[in-house]
Amino acid sequence: MNPTRIRSVLAIGAALALALLPLGSGPAAQGKGTIKIATQSPLSGGQAALGEGIKLGTQLAVEKFKGNLEKAGFRVELVPYDDQAKPDVGVANAKNIIADKNIMVVIGHLNSGVAIPSSEVYKEDSLPMISPANTNEKVTDRGYPNVNRVCGRDDVQGPVGAEFAAGTLKVKTAYVLHDKTTYGQGVAEAFKKDLEKKGVKIIGFEGTEEKSNFDPIITPIKAKNPDLVYFGGIYDQGAPFFKQAREKGVKAKFLGPDGMDSSDFVKIGGKVVVGTYYTTAAAPASSPQAKQFGEEFKKKYGKNPEPYAAESYVATAIAIKALEDVTKGGKAPTREAVAASIRKVKYNGMTGTIEFDDKGDPKKASYYVMQVSSDNPEKWSENKEAKRLAIAAPAMKK
Amino acid sequence: MVDRDAAADRPMDFELLVGIFPQVLLDGLLLGFMYALIALGYTMVYGVLEFINFAHSEIFIVGAFVGVEILLSLKNVGVLETLPWPLVLLGVMLAGMLASGALAVSIERIAYRPLRAAPRLIPLISAIGMSFFLQDVIRLVESLWRNAFNLVYPTLEPLNVRYELTSTIDVSAKSLVVIVAALLMLWGLHALVNRTKIGTAIRAVAEDQAAASLMGIDVNRIISLTFLIGGAMGGAAGVLFGVQYSLINPYTGFIPGLKAFTAAVLGGIGNIPGAMLGGIVLGLLEAFAASYLSLLTGGAFGAEYKDIFAFSVLILILIFRPKGLLGEVVRERA
Repeated sequence: MNPTRIRSVLAIGAALALALLPLGSGPAAQGKGTIKIATQSPLSGGQAALGEGIKLGTQLAVEKFKGNLEKAGFRVELVPYDDQAKPDVGVANAKNIIADKNIMVVIGHLNSGVAIPSSEVYKEDSLPMISPANTNEKVTDRGYPNVNRVCGRDDVQGPVGAEFAAGTLKVKTAYVLHDKTTYGQGVAEAFKKDLEKKGVKIIGFEGTEEKSNFDPIITPIKAKNPDLVYFGGIYDQGAPFFKQAREKGVKAKFLGPDGMDSSDFVKIGGKVVVGTYYTTAAAPASSPQAKQFGEEFKKKYGKNPEPYAAESYVATAIAIKALEDVTKGGKAPTREAVAASIRKVKYNGMTGTIEFDDKGDPKKASYYVMQVSSDNPEKWSENKEAKRLAIAAPAMKK
Repeated sequence: MVDRDAAADRPMDFELLVGIFPQVLLDGLLLGFMYALIALGYTMVYGVLEFINFAHSEIFIVGAFVGVEILLSLKNVGVLETLPWPLVLLGVMLAGMLASGALAVSIERIAYRPLRAAPRLIPLISAIGMSFFLQDVIRLVESLWRNAFNLVYPTLEPLNVRYELTSTIDVSAKSLVVIVAALLMLWGLHALVNRTKIGTAIRAVAEDQAAASLMGIDVNRIISLTFLIGGAMGGAAGVLFGVQYSLINPYTGFIPGLKAFTAAVLGGIGNIPGAMLGGIVLGLLEAFAASYLSLLTGGAFGAEYKDIFAFSVLILILIFRPKGLLGEVVRERA
């Protein structure tokens, strides 16, 4: 054998050893066995603040509600996965998740663009997923029996924004931007369509992947002087955009979807983005139950819950309730049974009563329009509620 | 999408097109100078070694990170507002230049010099690896140190002042500072390379390493020096980038780095005035495309097509001038 040959044989050997490794460390079933609850959310990268919130919200709920399952003889474990907000990473994780037969439910994701392809993988093995944050309509409109969400939908979030812009702010002209992602473009298009129906003139509609230099996009906006600028996207792009626009002298009111709903929005944007409106399906922290959750969260993790931490908590509570039903009498749960059971749960929590319809949407979801009221990131949870609407999810489109 | 056409056909549009022209020109120049400063790092290294240092985008962003760390510590101590801003800015830029320059020199020493005799592709791959490595080192350090991914430059209030030229055109103090600083540095570098002994040595090494070493020039030292200067320019650009656009993260350097590399090729890689010209041309193309595409096409093509437009023009230019705009100055190596 020549040296290259030896090296390639070694490389193949090493690869094989790596591939076989997980088989060796398979879990030994003890007692009734282990039930794992997985989270998938970005734990690194620009959206890590929100992703971490999903993980911690789930963790809090697991610790609080696992008692009954443990009494029944199961070990309950949380396994967090980092999807890096990237579809390919999410799908790769999803394959690992369905391979781990102890995982009974996934709480995730943050990004619709990641949730949609990943849930195709979960569906292969009927692994139930409850999303705390994915508002894209396709998430549930595929009608999968294992896919659910506790939050609202883009095609409703857009109209909520439009209702607020036309009805409350009474704007005449609007300029709409989006980040070209499934989420951002989806919500921006829904917003635009509804706003046009209400007679507001859309004087610009554009997508951009730019993250730092918005000058050339802002110049025409400033010249056209719209009453409202809407950015469909996430705060790591929305905040610098709104900041630069305001600094450049754009006088319009600013509105965005729930992607702006993070304390990092003011950390990045600073003083000039105070007053920005955003629509969200995440309940404001002002209700008594939400306050209590916020206090527990802060006590445990030393920081305020990010948006969707509460939704993750609720989603986990629902999952555990379903698991309790399935394991009644000490039966080992199956993924199909858990998925079916989730659809039957009626849960009354801090985001209102949640009951899933036949495609996994909450039968009635609340939507809020919030206004940023301070440039102090610590005070993000004190943002003012400007409007609240309860809207039923639209029926499945055939 | 009929509605868009209706919106675009309003009579004010011609006025609007002309009205925003100076502002777009200004935006483009600003972006162009930024690209030019980064492009210098690519072009100087290429001029001397005929090798593309793909880690330069991270050398650039390290400058930005050093800058933000210093500004944040000054702010924490509470002296940021009391110190005079030109002093702060100058100090931060020097620190960024020093850090990036030192980083560039050490990268060359560790990752490129041992491979200098290897085939061309090998150091190129080493450079790409270095680029990924540095991105994640920055990410690791920042998450351990501040538990943050996105870092925001503290605002220097006097730099946020805007001068209104007309009702639609204004320019901020920081943009002016960026343009002036870039011009000074470009001029300084040009003088250094063309009018000093060190510059002559650099040019000699670029032309023929063997002959230069026979003339008593320490080739390794000159190559290190080239990396130092290129890296320092990148570091200064990093600080200016942070001051101008305020938000940075460990991956921010990648796209501007790629654009600056393009600018260097457009101007004629290896050629210093070419890098400046290439940067400005690319900056202007991008700004005009982003601002005008949607207005001119009635919304059919929006700002998202700015890179496609800019790069199509680039391809056209390179078809007719394969060596770049100022490419003929590149000397053939013996």
